[in-house]
Amino acid sequence: MRHLLSTEDLSLHDAIRILDTAEEMAAVGEREVKKLPALRGRTVVNLFFEDSTRTRISFEAAAKRLSADVINFAAKGSSVSKGESLKDTAQTLAAMGADAVVIRHWASGAPHRLAATDWIDAAVINAGDGTHEHPTQALLDAFTMRRHWSKLAGTPSAGADLKGMRVAIAGDVLHSRVARSNVWLLRTLGAEVTLVAPPTLLPIGVDKWPCAVSFDLDETLAQGVDAMMMLRVQAERMNASFFPTTREYSRRWGFDDNRLRALDSLGLKDTIIMHPGPMNRGLEISAAAADSPRSTVLAQVRNGVSIRMAALYLLLSGENREPAAAPVSASASHAANPNLTYSHQESH
Amino acid sequence: MAEQQQHADNSAAYLIRGAAILGGAAEDLLIRDGVIAARGRQLDADGAGVRDATVIDARGLIALPGMVDIHTHLREPGREDAETVETGTRAAALGGYTAVHAMANSTPVADTAGVVEQVLTLGRTAGWVDVRPVGAVTVGLAGEQLAELGAMADSRAHVRVFSDDGICVHDPVLMRRALEYVKAFDGVVAQHAQEPRLTAGAQMNEGEVSAVLGLAGWPAVAEESIIARDVLLAQHVGSRLHVCHVSTAGSVEIIRWAKSRGVNVTAEVTPHHLWLTDELARSYDPVYKVNPPLRTDADVQALRAALADGTIDVVGTDHAPHPSEHKECEWAQAAMGMTGLETALSVVQHTMIETGLMGWEDFARVTSTAPAAIGRVQDQGRPLEAGEPANVTLVDPAARWTVDPSKMATMGRNSPFAGRELPGKVVATFFKGHPTVLDGKLNTPYRWPVDAVDAGPAGRRP
Repeated sequence: MRHLLSTEDLSLHDAIRILDTAEEMAAVGEREVKKLPALRGRTVVNLFFEDSTRTRISFEAAAKRLSADVINFAAKGSSVSKGESLKDTAQTLAAMGADAVVIRHWASGAPHRLAATDWIDAAVINAGDGTHEHPTQALLDAFTMRRHWSKLAGTPSAGADLKGMRVAIAGDVLHSRVARSNVWLLRTLGAEVTLVAPPTLLPIGVDKWPCAVSFDLDETLAQGVDAMMMLRVQAERMNASFFPTTREYSRRWGFDDNRLRALDSLGLKDTIIMHPGPMNRGLEISAAAADSPRSTVLAQVRNGVSIRMAALYLLLSGENREPAAAPVSASASHAANPNLTYSHQESH
Repeated sequence: MAEQQQHADNSAAYLIRGAAILGGAAEDLLIRDGVIAARGRQLDADGAGVRDATVIDARGLIALPGMVDIHTHLREPGREDAETVETGTRAAALGGYTAVHAMANSTPVADTAGVVEQVLTLGRTAGWVDVRPVGAVTVGLAGEQLAELGAMADSRAHVRVFSDDGICVHDPVLMRRALEYVKAFDGVVAQHAQEPRLTAGAQMNEGEVSAVLGLAGWPAVAEESIIARDVLLAQHVGSRLHVCHVSTAGSVEIIRWAKSRGVNVTAEVTPHHLWLTDELARSYDPVYKVNPPLRTDADVQALRAALADGTIDVVGTDHAPHPSEHKECEWAQAAMGMTGLETALSVVQHTMIETGLMGWEDFARVTSTAPAAIGRVQDQGRPLEAGEPANVTLVDPAARWTVDPSKMATMGRNSPFAGRELPGKVVATFFKGHPTVLDGKLNTPYRWPVDAVDAGPAGRRP
């Protein structure tokens, strides 16, 4: 593995390796000193073209627990005319000797561009690109599901897949990178996935995806679900005729109190409720569901750090990885560009 | 002195020995004084004015009428960092063209007689091909108010093709009026068929691939619905419609239906839509970003069949050079468009001739005769017969070459065919009897008579 760009092309072998490594990393998080020296002297850049405090601090915590130096680079502005180009930014980071770039970008495929071009020779981790993929989110979701699924089976997590697990993903699939990454990874791990959404929020072409599609959340629940994942409804969808009103959306597609009760009456006592966050309480998920013992929302956040540690560790110290090139020059400056903020933080 | 030299240059005689005319039997062509002076087997080397002619051994080559592009973006005036009339027409000559229609989306927009005359003059000063300016349909391509179509038609540029290409004339009333109005001077409206609301923010063909890539979809229906509307409008007002860059199987069906009903509609397909599919977008490399987008293989096959059976009339390159920074970026940031002038012949040979769908006579029809007729270019797209204007392209159909954008004459490096091996190579291009290309390399431009650079429509030399 040279980069982590998508789950679509992630092999079962690599997926299991990341999940198993994350189990080891999770053990570090339970120690008093939550730190490994594995990536000492390595530089990880968090390159965020889109605000996402949650994902950024998760990657930051992961890198720091591995003793890497972390640079947070928030590059705002949505066009070439407004700011520096991705190429120039990448070349700047390369000149500074970045070993890994964690990139969040509003444009689908931006991480692929970094990985495919000669702009920078660093490991690239996709931290969410447009409406394409968010592979570490899917991996942390799978990690959370695997722990649950293994616990039910009374077997260890390590080495396990998700064969036979029934997963429903409900919400705005059309614009969701989380849904896409989950569909591919869960297929690879052997789970049975059902997407539940209003027809307006499913992409043309979804019929070719390795999953079932339903327009009826209640019917999907009645058929039995082991993990129910709710997707966030973005505010900008609400006035674009994807659905008539937020109340109607909530009634038909939200995980409300009635559906929480239905899990009990359907005898689905072990079904977990997942959400990638941040939640719109009262819209796609009710407060009672979010706070119920079934909810794994906080476990997902916790597991996110372990998954990101595993990804950084495998990409930067795996046997496939060549030694990092000697840093060239770090003289480039961004002071002239008001759209770029830059901070460098020592990791200890 | 210089003038005399140029004059001498233009009137030099060339004897093309043994070229397969339109891919048929080998014959000789004698070119003198801008016309084909004679055609025949073994033209006598000592007679019929052959004596002083430069002999070109054309055995194994095919002689075609000079190619006419109905759809070219030359970028000048305004975006000389992307292309100039000089560089774009050099590329055209190397690609086998003797005429190009320069689209109106320059800066300023070619929506007045002044701008189209400027483009005409730039083209004549360059001298590589006949540059036929296209006039904008609406002022500033804004889709709100008709541009002065009549003034452009009556100008020295003698505009006959009107298009807001790049943007659809989506207002049905405005489209109706434009179609009606151009009847006054035998014009044609060339429509960029794209329903704007259905394609807001669109990045690529909407389908299986866009679903996976998370790129906003450009649905086929956004093209087909506009074409359906426009052929009905053209029928209603009895005018002439040209559909630019048809890209979907559904559009082909609508055009076939319209032609069967007698609607005066012509249609164009680009070389890239005859070959490439949306699968290429999986690379996220914006060199494959184009408008209309690359479609599916089923669409490609339907377009090839339509070009072969005449439903689609012409190949238009939609040559769209862009500076590298507009392609070396994220897909969503990148400009739409591909270069095409220097690869069109080879791509059509690969997709249409080597597949057995067409012969070279058909090739001449779709790349020369039909586009010249649509653009009302009187002295182009003519038969290769004695007495006809000497616009001739010689092609080596057996040649193979690998596309290297850095070696092209166009300033654009955005060729989607980079690295591919293509068949067919232009060996020579004769424009008005003068070889703009010889031995596969640029020769010298045709020198218009001084009083023609700033005066008179093409085909009406003073």
